[in-house]
Amino acid sequence: MNATLRHAAWVLRGNPVTTLAAAGALAMIVVALLSPWITPFDPVASNVSNALQPPSWTHWAGTDQLGRDIFSRLIAAARLDLAIAASAVGLSFAAGAVIGSFCGYRGGRLDRAVGRMVDVLMAFPLFVLAMALVAALGNRVENIIIATAIINLPFYIRFARAEVNVRRNAGWVEAARAGGDGHASIVLRFLLPNILPNMAVQISLNLGWAILNAAGLSFLGLGVQAPTPEWGIMVAEGARFISTGQWWLVTFPGLALMLAVLCFNLLGDGLRDILDPRMRT
Amino acid sequence: MALLHSIGRRVGKRLVASLPALLGVVVFTFLLMRVLPGDPAAFFASGPNAGQEEIDELRRQLGLDRPIPEQLVRYLYDIATGHLGRSITTGQPVVRDLADRLPASLELSLCGLALALVLALPLGIAAALRPGSPVDHGVRFLCTLGVCVPTFVSGLLLIYAFYVVAGIAPDPTGRIDIFAAPPPDITGFLLIDFLLVGDLAGWRAAAAQLLLPAITMALFVLAPLARMTRASLMAVLGSDFIRTARSIGLASWRVVMVYALRNALLPVLTIVGIVFSTMLGANVLVEKVFSWPGIGSYALDALVASDYAPVQGFVLLIAAIFVVVNLTIDVLYGIADPRVSIE
Repeated sequence: MNATLRHAAWVLRGNPVTTLAAAGALAMIVVALLSPWITPFDPVASNVSNALQPPSWTHWAGTDQLGRDIFSRLIAAARLDLAIAASAVGLSFAAGAVIGSFCGYRGGRLDRAVGRMVDVLMAFPLFVLAMALVAALGNRVENIIIATAIINLPFYIRFARAEVNVRRNAGWVEAARAGGDGHASIVLRFLLPNILPNMAVQISLNLGWAILNAAGLSFLGLGVQAPTPEWGIMVAEGARFISTGQWWLVTFPGLALMLAVLCFNLLGDGLRDILDPRMRT
Repeated sequence: MALLHSIGRRVGKRLVASLPALLGVVVFTFLLMRVLPGDPAAFFASGPNAGQEEIDELRRQLGLDRPIPEQLVRYLYDIATGHLGRSITTGQPVVRDLADRLPASLELSLCGLALALVLALPLGIAAALRPGSPVDHGVRFLCTLGVCVPTFVSGLLLIYAFYVVAGIAPDPTGRIDIFAAPPPDITGFLLIDFLLVGDLAGWRAAAAQLLLPAITMALFVLAPLARMTRASLMAVLGSDFIRTARSIGLASWRVVMVYALRNALLPVLTIVGIVFSTMLGANVLVEKVFSWPGIGSYALDALVASDYAPVQGFVLLIAAIFVVVNLTIDVLYGIADPRVSIE
């Protein structure tokens, strides 16, 4: 265990950008978890006499059209945005890894049929598909999660399938088979854990993408509803005041989105470089 | 001639191969729109307290009282004969609505793509020529940022910078100023129509309206294009024939621009195809920010009103464009690298 930690520390020292991104992502997760207790103001309490104030020492990111403290809303929104992205990616990871692994392991007709379905799903403009799903299922947060999970699914199926496919005839799989493990047990107990490190990269990259997608949906008015603090909605509401010069309503939620996506993307890129140096670009 | 022939054959094969995927898309959208909740008949009845008979009558008119398989067969027949149904919100046939709005979206996406290529190719080449240099790091930084800023945020910030603060951009709503006269509708592409009638002032105004949304689009897709150019060119620059070309004393611009670049273009072309179809989806967001009267905003309005036909038409159109884009890329492949055509 000590050796593992030392090795991890050595890897992190050699990759300062990845370390910084990991720290940023971790900080964001901690802020999101603690958000109900650390907001300086009530994120939904309006105070019209204090509306549209530019950033100041009391209100670090200014106030919005109802006098709500934008900084507090950003912190409260982190919780919702990260929760949406994490549940969506978790869902599609779980489903995609299992479906993809079995396809890659079995091959044959089932594999080809699923492959074709994945192709069709990916030929779809995915953001449009997500819009249609949310609109059809109803404007609720859980439906944003389902829609984001579905548009992420083809990537995981494809990825898990390819990774399992190159390992299906490896010596240790043969050994497990010879030892009497059934197909399900070989896939779930040996192959899946083996491809997990590589899939972790995909998860990190997808988290960023999921955050952008969910924010894009709520920017369009789909999903999360207005008084709830959420980065996409905050941008949509602030958009009305951009032409009168109140830049802080849009800029700060935009910055929050950018930072979140940046951290997860850099983390994913860094992890990929560490795990597979040949992919370095 | 042989080249043209083989390109033609490959395109034909690709077209046939894409038919099942297109059919899949149609069936999928149909099921999605019909099976999931949200009753358009109830939505379009005269009011919340419309009688059951009125709703039933509407359902009969819309063909919603038939079994779902029958509705699907009818729908497929309609598509095959070019009828995409009627939008309930605009009251027009969907084909006409889409045809009216498609040029606006295409003009925006194509200009955005052209702008992105003009920026991304030199950036990628500069980065590939000096890997590890400050230029390379700068390009990497720009790309990393580009992927992280959502299009709707960069669009709004551009509006703030160039319309509100600097005051050099026109009012960011729509394709032309509301007080300006639109050109005669020849192709639907304003930039082309204004040129055709020789109205240079109109052309400049339309171009000014287009600039900010096109830049927003370009920023969105800059990163994948520049990254792929860099990676692909670097791989080619390391190969034997480049070493040979250098060793026999060819000018270095000639080695890079003629021999290396042409060989590095194939992966870039692939990415261009993928990027263009992502742009079609992102159009919805950019069109909303700039009140652009394209197919994206049309589909969004229809979606919110649970108006099935326009949404299905929109998705079908996007899928068809996607197929056409892939075919074009295939043809360009054959031109860029004749080796591809020899199977």
